[in-house]
Amino acid sequence: MGGWAIAVHGGAGVDPNLPAERQEEAKRVLSRCLNLGIAALRGGCAAVDVVEQVVRELETDPVFNSGRGSALTRRGTVEMEASIMDGRGRRCGAVSGLSTVKNPVSLARLVMDKSPHSYLAFDGAEEFAREQGVEVMDNSYFITEENVGMLKLAKEANSILFDYRIPVPGVETCSASAGSMVDNPLQMNGLPISIYAPETVGCVVLDGNGWCAAATSTGGLMNKMMGRIGDSPLIGSGTYACDLCAVSCTGEGEAIIRSTLARDVAAVMEYKGLGLQEAVDYVIKNRLDEGQAGLIAVSRNGQVAHGFNTTGMFRACATEDGFMDVGIWE
Amino acid sequence: MESRTMPTRLPESRTTTLLRGRSRPRRCGERERLEMGWAIALHGGAGDIPYSLPPERRAPREAALRHCLAVGVAALKASRSPLDVVELVVRELENCPHFNAGRGSVLTTSGTVEMEACIMDGNTKKCGAVSGLSTVVNAISLARLVMEKTPHIYLAFDGAEAFAREQGVATVDANHFITPENVERLKQAKEANRVQIDYTQPVKEEKPQEEASSGKGDSQIGTVGCVAVDGSGNLAAATSTGGLVNKMVGRIGDTPIIGAGTFANSFCAVSATGKGESIMRATVARDVAALMEYKGLSLKEAAAYVVNNVPKGNVGLVAVSANGEVIMPFNTTGMFRACATEDGCSEIGIWPSETDCVLPDPKRNLPTGYLNLQSGGPHFFEVH
Repeated sequence: MGGWAIAVHGGAGVDPNLPAERQEEAKRVLSRCLNLGIAALRGGCAAVDVVEQVVRELETDPVFNSGRGSALTRRGTVEMEASIMDGRGRRCGAVSGLSTVKNPVSLARLVMDKSPHSYLAFDGAEEFAREQGVEVMDNSYFITEENVGMLKLAKEANSILFDYRIPVPGVETCSASAGSMVDNPLQMNGLPISIYAPETVGCVVLDGNGWCAAATSTGGLMNKMMGRIGDSPLIGSGTYACDLCAVSCTGEGEAIIRSTLARDVAAVMEYKGLGLQEAVDYVIKNRLDEGQAGLIAVSRNGQVAHGFNTTGMFRACATEDGFMDVGIWE
Repeated sequence: MESRTMPTRLPESRTTTLLRGRSRPRRCGERERLEMGWAIALHGGAGDIPYSLPPERRAPREAALRHCLAVGVAALKASRSPLDVVELVVRELENCPHFNAGRGSVLTTSGTVEMEACIMDGNTKKCGAVSGLSTVVNAISLARLVMEKTPHIYLAFDGAEAFAREQGVATVDANHFITPENVERLKQAKEANRVQIDYTQPVKEEKPQEEASSGKGDSQIGTVGCVAVDGSGNLAAATSTGGLVNKMVGRIGDTPIIGAGTFANSFCAVSATGKGESIMRATVARDVAALMEYKGLSLKEAAAYVVNNVPKGNVGLVAVSANGEVIMPFNTTGMFRACATEDGCSEIGIWPSETDCVLPDPKRNLPTGYLNLQSGGPHFFEVH
């Protein structure tokens, strides 16, 4: 039986040409948030409190694009979503379609603790936020100039590829520009990797008492349709925790949803008897089909693990015995 | 009108499990076995359905189950794909005002309707879901359009309504979905909640505090769903609901969530119903499939394991497997349900089958009002 363990992520699918200073900046933020969690764990905090606190910090920092700096919908608005799950009793809370709430993960926590439900969305969720008196910001707080530019690029990229999920029949009918897009294998969610920015943050924790918890928060997908819900708020897809382990996923939301990726890590441990890292490797290899995603996980034995089939994932982890790792690439 | 040639032979055991062929582990190529045929199961919600349910409330629901089963059986006999079949059957169930989906949906605390639905194809694992619909006549068909016509899986609230307009699906004034019964139900739920807020007497001992305070009554009853498998082992599942009486505005339940209320893959198709929050945290539909996939259990074993691990009174489900098992377990008092298989087994029931098993009788007339309601088939709604 190990002591506490923690892992954080700032999204999967990283441009290999990301400037070195941006990489360093990302690692600094990951380390800072990791250390915040470590301090809380040393202070005896419960796993569910730690994941909330760490994800709040990741949401507030504009380096990772959840909360402030969230991805924009086709109409240029922000629709944020988040979920949290406490392995103890498998209690959970989730929110979608937030446009003014500064820290979606904390509203998800309030849905879990203060409402009879597990999941609130859009106007009802905003109304609940007002009722609970959580901090709200003007919508413009979340919209950064950089993301307005990214939306423009995303729209241009989509206009070339039209619908990236439907293979174009007859390659010879493809225009030259479409051909050049296809030549570039580095894409996430149909966007060239240079335009795509990971939009999701997450944290998984095993506390000193042996309880697991997970939380995930996101602005969603750049250029998404209004009302689109991704994997992050869905229990079993983007987020899952039970008494065995806790998991937070990131990447192509639709692939994560149809593979119920987070629950499947726990399910192959529970039903197939795999260890944590084996389980993580198994789901990344077998469950995603052509989808691209990554995830972080902790087990009740004090192990931490991560896995991804994307070009890199912003992540960091630590355990009570002194192990610590901050990384982006394989 | 759909075929009324209902199979009438009951399985010897009179249980809700219909094992067809031999229930041995599926081997490569087994799908091509000639003995395999189609199978279908559907539900109209699980919950605390009182044994004293008066005939006037019971008969129309049984008639609706019988009718919807006939629609599904006819479609399977006509070699429609399971995906088409589950959509068609759930449309029929949505159109029936006696169930909590489409017309007949229960009301939010503000007296509005917010419908949600989900559909999934087992072979491709393609899926679509919608939440927060207030004007779309058939939520399940919009879920299918999200699956087929967008790069996304799940659209909700205003965005989903806008997509419905874009796709030109049938919409009606939101009032169309509100039935007098549900206005009354909301009133009662609100009164019950008010009573509980000033409550001076102890809460009933059997009920945990958390559940008692959420004021459910029969409010979770009536979600609809359908699962189907064809003779080649292709599977699909669909679920649709109006949610929970007196729910908060914006509340999302288990129904639209892949892996919770709805799931299908190459092993089985599952549609669950009951207390949404319990189903969500137990990832009920995915877990039935995961137990088959990862632990090698049969559908019957997997479904029993999952249902037993959800608190009593919280869940029911219907499921079919690729090799032809059909199962309809629940740990609630009852579940409105029906199933049929190609080899002629058929069952319609509400309470545990040992005490209640209704024979579908093709000679028995449906209540007049219901026949009139259904006479236009699945597309009968006039849009004004």
